[in-house]
Amino acid sequence: MDWFVYGFSALAIASAIMVITRRNPIISALYLCLTLFCLAALFVLLEAYFIAAVQVLVYAGAVMVLFIFVIMLLNLDPEKMIVEYFQTPRMISVISALLLFGFLTFVFWTNNITGERGYDFPVQITQGGGHLKAMSSKLFTTFLLAFEVTSILLLVAIVGAVVLAKRKV
Amino acid sequence: MDYSGVMLVTSAAIFTIGVAGVLIRRNALIFFMSIELMLNAANLAFASFSYFLNSLDGQVFVFFVMMVAAAEAAVGLGIIIAIFKNRKTVDLYDLRLLQG
Amino acid sequence: MKFLILAILCFPLFGLSVNFLFGRKWAEPWAGVLATAATTSSFVLSCFLLFHILNLPLTDRTIVATYFNWISTGPLHVDFALQIDPISLCMILVVTGVGSLIHLYSIGYMAKDPGFRRYFIYLNLFIFMMLILVMAANLPLLFVGWEGVGLCSYLLIGFWYEDILKAQAGKKAFIVNRIGDACFLIGMFLVLKTFGTLDFLKLDSQILSSTTVSLTTATIISLLLFGGAAGKSAQIPLYIWLPDAMAGPTPVSALIHAATMVTAGVYMIIRLNVLYLLSPIAMGVVATIGFGTALFAALIAISQNDIKKVLAYSTISQLGYMFGAVGVGAFAAALFHLITHAFFKALLFLGSGSVIHALHGEQDIQKMGGLRKALPITSKTFLIGVLAISGIPIFAGFFSKDMILWFTASSVLGNWGLLFVGLTTAGLTALYMFRLYVLTFLGTPRTAGTHPHEAPPSMSIPLIVLAFLSIVGGFIGLPEWTHFPDIITNFIEPIAKLPELTLGHEAELIVTVVSIVIAFLGLGIGYYLFVSRPAEKERLTGALQPLPTWSQNKFYIDEFYGRFFVGPIMQFAQFCWQFIDVQIIDRAVNLSGSIWRKTSNTMSSIQTGNVQGYALWMAIGTLFLIYFVFKG
Repeated sequence: MDWFVYGFSALAIASAIMVITRRNPIISALYLCLTLFCLAALFVLLEAYFIAAVQVLVYAGAVMVLFIFVIMLLNLDPEKMIVEYFQTPRMISVISALLLFGFLTFVFWTNNITGERGYDFPVQITQGGGHLKAMSSKLFTTFLLAFEVTSILLLVAIVGAVVLAKRKV
Repeated sequence: MDYSGVMLVTSAAIFTIGVAGVLIRRNALIFFMSIELMLNAANLAFASFSYFLNSLDGQVFVFFVMMVAAAEAAVGLGIIIAIFKNRKTVDLYDLRLLQG
Repeated sequence: MKFLILAILCFPLFGLSVNFLFGRKWAEPWAGVLATAATTSSFVLSCFLLFHILNLPLTDRTIVATYFNWISTGPLHVDFALQIDPISLCMILVVTGVGSLIHLYSIGYMAKDPGFRRYFIYLNLFIFMMLILVMAANLPLLFVGWEGVGLCSYLLIGFWYEDILKAQAGKKAFIVNRIGDACFLIGMFLVLKTFGTLDFLKLDSQILSSTTVSLTTATIISLLLFGGAAGKSAQIPLYIWLPDAMAGPTPVSALIHAATMVTAGVYMIIRLNVLYLLSPIAMGVVATIGFGTALFAALIAISQNDIKKVLAYSTISQLGYMFGAVGVGAFAAALFHLITHAFFKALLFLGSGSVIHALHGEQDIQKMGGLRKALPITSKTFLIGVLAISGIPIFAGFFSKDMILWFTASSVLGNWGLLFVGLTTAGLTALYMFRLYVLTFLGTPRTAGTHPHEAPPSMSIPLIVLAFLSIVGGFIGLPEWTHFPDIITNFIEPIAKLPELTLGHEAELIVTVVSIVIAFLGLGIGYYLFVSRPAEKERLTGALQPLPTWSQNKFYIDEFYGRFFVGPIMQFAQFCWQFIDVQIIDRAVNLSGSIWRKTSNTMSSIQTGNVQGYALWMAIGTLFLIYFVFKG
């Protein structure tokens, strides 16, 4: 079990690094896909099965397809590929990123998790009809409003995407 | 077994990589992927906390974040296409209309 | 009654509003017809008012209608109140009556002018403002009308504003009037400070009940107000705008610059006669300047060649007569002359307008001549006007001028010197008016190729009506020796007392005879010089040098003012503009501007427009946030 955790974590980090270092966006996209799969695996290890499934379906599936489509659609020729010579001060960027990582790690290592604990123990979830039922009962009761608003947001996003992508409005 | 440290550090690492990507990559598509990385890192942190605190609320949040990310991806990529159609570039450095 | 008075005032306002709002699409004459109808309605209502007033007892003929509180602050309390009494009623009748005729005349005169509707809007606005002026029951409201007519005068002088000279003439009139108006305003403030009220009736009763006002104060106030009157009524030293004001359309010259607006100064002094009588010095100044102006303007008029300029100077001269009459305390005589002058001077101006109209804009009398046959109505009515202004018996001007001369001779405030000036001016008036008539209508045409034509009926009817009034208008003020009642004096006397006389009424006949003799003498000399022996004119001109040259050049007064007042002020303005404004103020403004421009240029380099730059700032900010949140 531990080795899965370490392995997927390492793979996720490594492929994330590949995402931001490849010149060709299509390769970056494929590495991003790999990262997302690794994260899905980590979700499974965290017993978030529904989320893991959605991760694969929505992210690794839909969103990534969208990315690939867009990359294909733009069809950047090799000579049109952006030659990047890092206009923003690269050192400052990297240093601040590293600092951020240091801070976050420091915070995570030194502070115990003190949040309010819930009662959704794995045993009860299993007895109550399974993970999906527990999730959906939360989604459709406590978070019903947020859920509906999300659906409206998605509708707006669809309309917005159509309007933006149309040739002439 | 307690993975909390590993998971959170992984999340912090991916988030930092996303930040670095946003800061140093000028290709709008990769810029965008970096944002997705950051969102996913946050999702991982949510899921970890959910696991360690025995609360499904965190997972519900992950679900919402994914929905928002999906919407954002659709609109954001639409914007990139529109920019490309108008300016024939997706280089962020060439899109500095707000320069003072 | 309140409503009737307000209606008189509001008809012209109504006319101009309708014209202004809806008149854009009307066919040409209708704007004029509406304006004429509005003014005529006012006239008809004023006639009703006249009959109403005549039915009241002699001492009770003042109606004050208060409509609303206009200004009320501290000690100052001013109502929007209109005052109807014999003098304002006379003025209302003149303004609306002569105004209606001139409106009617303008329909013909202004036909086919692109500014037709605008012209009638201005004209109605003028009538409205003039009515406010004459109906006002307090000084501030009078001042509103005073400035309003000044504005209309400016607008109408510069009516053809495409012509830069005409626009400048309008400007000149406006600016010269400002000088007088400044005096008027200061005088008004002094009245408020001294008497604590600006209402005419309260002012009069306060002056009559208490004599605490010192002679100096009264004199200063009177002279300041007279300064305003001198500006508006074109007296020395502020008369110079009136000849230039002839740049406006001729009916405007007739209405504003002859019959009504320029008499506002006379009206104002008559209105404030109680105040003026406090100060014999001020009265003396008024009389002296009045008769001085009369003589001076007559001397200039005699050698002018522009038909309208001659009439303008004669207007100044006749206004001088009115001020002379006011100055010797003969307020009724001044008002009488004001009325008759309104008739015959409007007639003369409209006649000259008819001539100009017939000659397609020609104004130089040296190029006219022989128009008697071509313009029968105009020439006959013009002759009546000439006879009236010259003081030939039975014509209106004779009676009014005679009354003025009689009071000049007999009043305690008058003296023989003034009478002499007045008589001389009367002779000169006859002379230059006869010259004008001869050069315009008699002899042979001096310009070939023109085919003058008589004006349309809308222009000739007012001429005939005014000619009739110029003949019979004098019968309202018959002298004592005719044993007929002196209607105008009796009408006015409750408001403005007659002066104390030093001569008996038997002397009046002598003055009359002398003035008749002088008038005929003037005509005779005119006939001798311009008709029978033109050669004599040249010899006389040579013998009198340099007087004729000076006269022709208007005694170089404009040049004098230009050198000593306008020039220095222009230089000062140039200094203010080119040194103070351009060098100091502009530079300071530019400096502060450039400082900010440089600063913001520097600062704006932060705004690279590069998204990643902004993201970096955000990341650094986040770092600080995390640091500060978790440092503890």
